[in-house]
Amino acid sequence: MRKILFESLVKRPLTEPSPGRDDAALAELAANVDRAARRKLGRSLSIREVDAGSCNGCELEIHALNNAFYDLERFGFRFVASPRHADVLLVTGPVTRNMREALERTYNATPAPKWVVAVGDCAIDGGIFSGSYAVVGGVKAVVPVDLHIRGCPPRPTDLLKGLLALLEKQ
Amino acid sequence: MPTLIDKFSEARRVEHHRPWPRVVVGEVTWRVAARELADGQATLLGLWGDTDAVHMAMLAEPSGEIAVVTYECSNGTFPSVGAVHPPAIRLERAIHTLYGLEPLGLPDQRPWLDLGFWDVAHPLGARNAAPPERARYEFLPAEGESLHQIAVGPVHAGIIEPGHFRFTVNGETVVRLEQRLGYVHKGIESLMAGAPLDKAARLAGRVSGDSTVAYALAFAHAVEAALEVTVPPRAVYLRAFMAELERLANHFGDIGAICNDASFSIMHAHCGILRERVLRTADSCFNHRLMMDGIVPGGLAEEPLLLGASKIKALIAEIRGLFPKLVELYDNTASLQERTVSTGIAKPALVKQFGAGGYVGRASGRAFDARRAPGYAPYDQLKFDVPVLNEGDVNARVWVRIREVEQSLSLIEQIVDHLPDGPARVEVQPAEGMREGLGLVEAFRGDVLVWLRLDGDRVARCHLRDASWFQWPLLEAAVEDNIVADFPLCNKSFNCSYSGHDL
Repeated sequence: MRKILFESLVKRPLTEPSPGRDDAALAELAANVDRAARRKLGRSLSIREVDAGSCNGCELEIHALNNAFYDLERFGFRFVASPRHADVLLVTGPVTRNMREALERTYNATPAPKWVVAVGDCAIDGGIFSGSYAVVGGVKAVVPVDLHIRGCPPRPTDLLKGLLALLEKQ
Repeated sequence: MPTLIDKFSEARRVEHHRPWPRVVVGEVTWRVAARELADGQATLLGLWGDTDAVHMAMLAEPSGEIAVVTYECSNGTFPSVGAVHPPAIRLERAIHTLYGLEPLGLPDQRPWLDLGFWDVAHPLGARNAAPPERARYEFLPAEGESLHQIAVGPVHAGIIEPGHFRFTVNGETVVRLEQRLGYVHKGIESLMAGAPLDKAARLAGRVSGDSTVAYALAFAHAVEAALEVTVPPRAVYLRAFMAELERLANHFGDIGAICNDASFSIMHAHCGILRERVLRTADSCFNHRLMMDGIVPGGLAEEPLLLGASKIKALIAEIRGLFPKLVELYDNTASLQERTVSTGIAKPALVKQFGAGGYVGRASGRAFDARRAPGYAPYDQLKFDVPVLNEGDVNARVWVRIREVEQSLSLIEQIVDHLPDGPARVEVQPAEGMREGLGLVEAFRGDVLVWLRLDGDRVARCHLRDASWFQWPLLEAAVEDNIVADFPLCNKSFNCSYSGHDL
């Protein structure tokens, strides 16, 4: 283990430069995010991820945000285990009927001020799964959404851009 | 030696079902088939509903011979297979919930997948309005002094899929775990019905995002079998290249995540780097990190970009440089071994009974790998081993995956060296009337089965069975007598799919 650790010390870091914020996301946020509330939280946001019915593709790319290349925590974000510790809910999937109540409860358990980021094409309007007896639709059909990040699944860089826009919006 | 199908003497063979036969049987033969499963003469591959019928796919081992047996439910009922063969129980509960067909004699009558939030009852069958009042879901009891319950989920603490786990524990020790799944049920089979082939292929690729290549491939195999399409050799090789990249990415991600669940984060960090390298290679070849929608019936959606052999060889060289050091670190860290060795044992007898595939099966002595038997191209032309261990613990599942990483690297090398030239796609011509096909593909977590019936250029019915159906119940058994704190390790070492199971 010492050898691996030592090699890590002398090698250049893998972490990539910040991709910058997404201007389209910023425009969407301008209408949604309360400036005063945002200032109170400073530059640190705690994220609770909620899979409301996804195929798990979005989760894989959200996981990738924690790897050495994207290193989400350097921007002040961290994933937390409980909605009670969260400022941001990152919600994926078409919301299934079976997950609607769980999503509502998770939202209600998150203290204000809070934001909801809907991740992936399914989270916008149900995507390819819309029209099914088992699907409610997009995330905004169940809880208010501040920002959508598109993609099937969105690349980690797109997720970063969207989240950075949320952070920069002061 | 009589073949599987010979045993069903009075069976009526169905036309246009490929590549394996489907036969319609009466009650006596249906019961004989169930008994074959219960006696371990054959393995249950799948059991699913249809309009007024149930189909059961059976596998003879080790030959890999497959047969589909159909029972026509003239009065809306069928003799329960689960009554004599427990691995069928959840499948029959799902058939009853989705189709309304009643399995006579099924020991567990509780609904499955339907958690009481749908507007319709039996959504793939009669589609009645759901009753306003439903019976409370009763978890199985555990009795004794000093027991208490821990309810977990559907929203879990990590970035994972939703499901409910009900633990009954005595102090630290798990006495019983019961799963309740269905939270991510999206009604995929109802969306499949009537879908044109291109939409159906996209849906198949979104059953379980981590296995999108395997699902798209199994779906394509089923369509190509039904329509007797021969795929060009280049596409066959490129598909295997994609499937092995997917296997590598998942194995790296999960080996790291298992160690992370024992708080050994350096493995997680380095395995995460290897996973990212694989995904970036996939992205540079297929313009999608998970290679979604890359495989379509007839071949590949597009000829890959920049498929430079040197770039792929460089990836393999990098992995071969780093991975052995990580394996050594895993194997020589006592605090980590203390957590993984002898934890969460899946007993070989149960694994055989349930026909559990993937690393769950192969870590407990079941050598099944769909790439080998029944087998499909190009694996018959490539050299690879199927690693098998017998311990059945978390450590064995990790080791099977370590060995499979080595095999996948070798397979990718062989594919790159022998990649045929030519087109990567042929046009798929729809046939007149009904055509049926079956595909069985080895995903990273086990065999994925896709059965479908095509009506002209549309899907009339498509059933997709994830490997998890036969692995989830074994997780319940494997955590018994383990401490609650080891559940994450056990769970991650199985890594069953929620979305693939819930559909």
